[in-house]
Amino acid sequence: MAETVPSPAELAAVDYEKTPPKNWMDTPVEFRPGTWCYAAPVKHAEFLGLPHPHKWSPNEEDWGLPENWREIILEGMKERLEKYRSFRLFMEICVRCGACADKCHFFLGSADPKNMPVLRAELLRSVYKRYFTKAGRMLGRLAGARDLTVEVLKEWFYYFYQCTECRRCSLFCPYGIDTAEVTMIARELLCLVGITTGWVVEPVSNCLRMGNHLGVRPNTFKDNIDFAVEDLEEITGIRVEAPIDKRGAEVLLVVPSADYFANPHYFTLLGYLALLHEMDIDYTFSPYATEGGNFGLFLDKYVAKKLNAKIYEDAKRLKVKWILGAECGHMWRVLHQYMDTMNGPADFLETPVSPVTGTRFDYAKGTKTIHICEFTADLLRHGKLNLDKSRNDDYVVTFHDSCNPARGMGLFEEPRYVLRHVLNHFVEMPENTIREQTFCCGGGAGLGSDENMEARLRGGLPRANAVKYVHEKYGVNTLSCICAIDKAVLPPLLEYWVPGVAVAGIHEFVGNALIMKGEKERTRNLRGEPLPGKEDAGDV
Amino acid sequence: MNALVSFLLVVGLVLIAAAGTGAAGLQTLFGVVVPYVAILVFLLGFVRRIVIWARAPVPFRIPTTAGQQKALDFLPYQPLENPPGAGTTFLRMVLEVLCFRSLFRNTRAEMREGPRLVYASRKWLWLGGLVFHWAFLLIVLRHLRFFTEPVPGFAEALERVDGFFEVLLPELYVTDLAILVALTYLVLRRFLSPPVRYISQAADYFPLFLIVGVVLSGAYLRYLSRTDIVAVKALGMGLLSFHPDPAALRGVGAQFYVHLFLVCTLIAYFPFSKLMHLGGVFLSPTRNLANTNRLTRHVNPWNPPLKGRTFEDWMEDFKEEIAQAGYKLERD
Amino acid sequence: MSLPRALTERREEILDAWIDRILGTYPPEAARFLRREKDPFRNPVGAGIARESRALYDALLAGASPEDLTPVLDGIVRIRAVQSFTPSEAVSFLVLLKDVVREILEEELGVRALRPFEARVDRAVLLAFDVYMACREQMYEIRARQARRETYTLLERVGMIPGFPEPGEECSESGDEERGTGR
Repeated sequence: MAETVPSPAELAAVDYEKTPPKNWMDTPVEFRPGTWCYAAPVKHAEFLGLPHPHKWSPNEEDWGLPENWREIILEGMKERLEKYRSFRLFMEICVRCGACADKCHFFLGSADPKNMPVLRAELLRSVYKRYFTKAGRMLGRLAGARDLTVEVLKEWFYYFYQCTECRRCSLFCPYGIDTAEVTMIARELLCLVGITTGWVVEPVSNCLRMGNHLGVRPNTFKDNIDFAVEDLEEITGIRVEAPIDKRGAEVLLVVPSADYFANPHYFTLLGYLALLHEMDIDYTFSPYATEGGNFGLFLDKYVAKKLNAKIYEDAKRLKVKWILGAECGHMWRVLHQYMDTMNGPADFLETPVSPVTGTRFDYAKGTKTIHICEFTADLLRHGKLNLDKSRNDDYVVTFHDSCNPARGMGLFEEPRYVLRHVLNHFVEMPENTIREQTFCCGGGAGLGSDENMEARLRGGLPRANAVKYVHEKYGVNTLSCICAIDKAVLPPLLEYWVPGVAVAGIHEFVGNALIMKGEKERTRNLRGEPLPGKEDAGDV
Repeated sequence: MNALVSFLLVVGLVLIAAAGTGAAGLQTLFGVVVPYVAILVFLLGFVRRIVIWARAPVPFRIPTTAGQQKALDFLPYQPLENPPGAGTTFLRMVLEVLCFRSLFRNTRAEMREGPRLVYASRKWLWLGGLVFHWAFLLIVLRHLRFFTEPVPGFAEALERVDGFFEVLLPELYVTDLAILVALTYLVLRRFLSPPVRYISQAADYFPLFLIVGVVLSGAYLRYLSRTDIVAVKALGMGLLSFHPDPAALRGVGAQFYVHLFLVCTLIAYFPFSKLMHLGGVFLSPTRNLANTNRLTRHVNPWNPPLKGRTFEDWMEDFKEEIAQAGYKLERD
Repeated sequence: MSLPRALTERREEILDAWIDRILGTYPPEAARFLRREKDPFRNPVGAGIARESRALYDALLAGASPEDLTPVLDGIVRIRAVQSFTPSEAVSFLVLLKDVVREILEEELGVRALRPFEARVDRAVLLAFDVYMACREQMYEIRARQARRETYTLLERVGMIPGFPEPGEECSESGDEERGTGR
């Protein structure tokens, strides 16, 4: 009797040992919904003048590639091999030691071997070998080379839009091979044949046309800032000035557009407004460069340059002395590592000097741009801020190092210094998940869309897992960060993996703790929630 | 498949050398022509590759920063992880090249009994790689004694230190032992670690097996066959002075030619393979540049000029909204 | 020997085999890593599954109620719900437990003796589907909410999100969700 009963495994009829074919080159990619981003709308691609704008979808068989797509890609590769030492080097010196294999958050969350950074790069490297090296031409697969086919191209799209350019793998590579660099170039190649995603191209097009990713028009921008001034007044009783287009102001404040549009970014903006008012900083927003972030970086370097150019251009027009950059991750990658090279020299500006403390930020005498965390840390160091830390007592906070300020700049201590000064309960996540080893939120580099939510949730698992640990162990209820993409991507991530942990920017806590001259009795924090001990105070 | 092909290739090389110098009597070919060709190929290939790399521009300054930046003076910075200048960048490179700093970075956390978190290191790859490379370098330097007269002091000293264990095991070099252990680890790792096996190609197995062949044949010459060292030195000196010694060519056996041929293959193969990481590591822009991005401008030689949409286009497109917001938008 | 006692005594053996098989549902290149890497931060999937399957086994053994079983199942299903598995694959890991228990205990106890435990596993499979669906539904809700967060100020201004309460008015509950209370 028992013999006739199928085993449970047979009943379940599931292929448990899904062994892919021996060689990774023979495993075609499967486009399951939830793992990829939609294609770019044609009108936006056309507005940007991108090559071969066309309607297509990743899950369809025919991607509508131009007839000579292979020549275009190979020509593009050749051009980039001549333009980037990094690209040529990274194509040639990898020894496949595997040190990077388990460093990628997408690999850790998905267990998909092609998410190992070495293999991600190999997707491109195999084609490089086939068309640009003698060994590859002669020996083919034996030399790790393969033909560039439509399937290979599809694989590129899938996996290079499953890399957040976070550079964590590059940290562990003995030769400093940086997958971010490889991904950027792979995406440029895909762009040449019209393969781009809506979540990257649309913000870029908006930014070029209107000045910011979200497509906020000039009058709406002003309304939003005015609105923030009103909100802040309701909370503090103080009507701050938030000048836009103020010629001759000392400082140009550059923020990511999400700061004046999205939650929880907005509360960080309230924090800046309070701080800059209290310190009596003579600053201005630009009505033209209403975006600090730069999605161009996720598409094409020239496009990145074009978007970035507005910042210096308007700094010049407004005759400011220096630039203050707000909390944003990839914006700072651009401001720090690309801006001066792309659009400098900024010889019309002056080396930043804090008007409050007199500190000269000599390390920024090239770009004339400093990070707001540096600015605030300097104020705190000089004891210039009057603070009531207890207003943040409901928050048990940990800090998520955003990839770009971490591995593209080295901004580790400044935000921590600020946090420790403005709140009482700060704990760190485990050592190998923070600072230079920080795990990405899973949505950087233009992956923060919602149609690929499944991929994001698994890509963000390593980060969420570390948050969960401090949440359970120390009762952490707030994850702080200094990146606009983090602030957008981490709330859904934590909602799924660690419910009960909110996300906030550093300057939200600064704004909460800051005692402003002449303020009314504060009963609510910047989110409009009652302050500790003021739960019954109503809104007097 | 990749491993098998690579293995057979190395075996083939051994047989070619053995047959060529044993039965066929082509000592001059294997003892003179092949080494000269190999060295020539190596030199030209290496230089060519470096020139190609060096001529490729570095459009952006993109160091991977692995520690606190040098910015505010009250926050201590980490000069070796995030170098703020040329000197510290040099030191970072020294650490990278001599100590494999990046590979050393592996830390892992472990939960032990309850919520106690313990940090441990996963440093096998670092150790295996470091031992292999250092042993290889020292063995190469030790070989100087076959090409120099008088033998430089450091090479002699090296040999004395390397032979430290002679008291215990007659004439055993520490480096020989070390490189064998390290190579065993590196080979086993390629076979036994599924992710590493998955990513491995013939281009990974071949040089590995080739080096194993070089080491084993060298060890055989030294420990088992007791090759005529005087003849080897005569051959080496002859090659170096461009006056190959015919007597020496006949004075060494086929076993020696196997070793020499494998070495020559390795040398000639070098510039066309991943082994060029030896040169590449010095040029890697994520490591050899200082994090001085905001201090001094990095120039991109092909920085494209800005074209397209302008401030005026924007003003024109949003006239009404700009008026509504009340912006003056003066421009000189 | 009674079934509960056998399941308790051979707990480690059964768990090791079961966890091994769950991790075997991943590609082999990754499975080895998932099995070997014990660092819960470097290997959230493997370490998480190992931890949660232990808890799940104990809960099954204790005959936990559906209410108690659900959160334990959640620990594993939540991970598999976002990993490109089909629904059946995502919950199949429970069926593997039946396999393992049969292999280890059938000879000793006979297939009939295993039925009470297998019935519990079967119920857990059904519950796991509920959990799976809940995770997927939550994912879609999260997608929808993301859109609202991205246009926060706009929604607030047109009154779709309750703004700051007027004097004397209570802080609205529904506003808390959007504002992310942090508590």
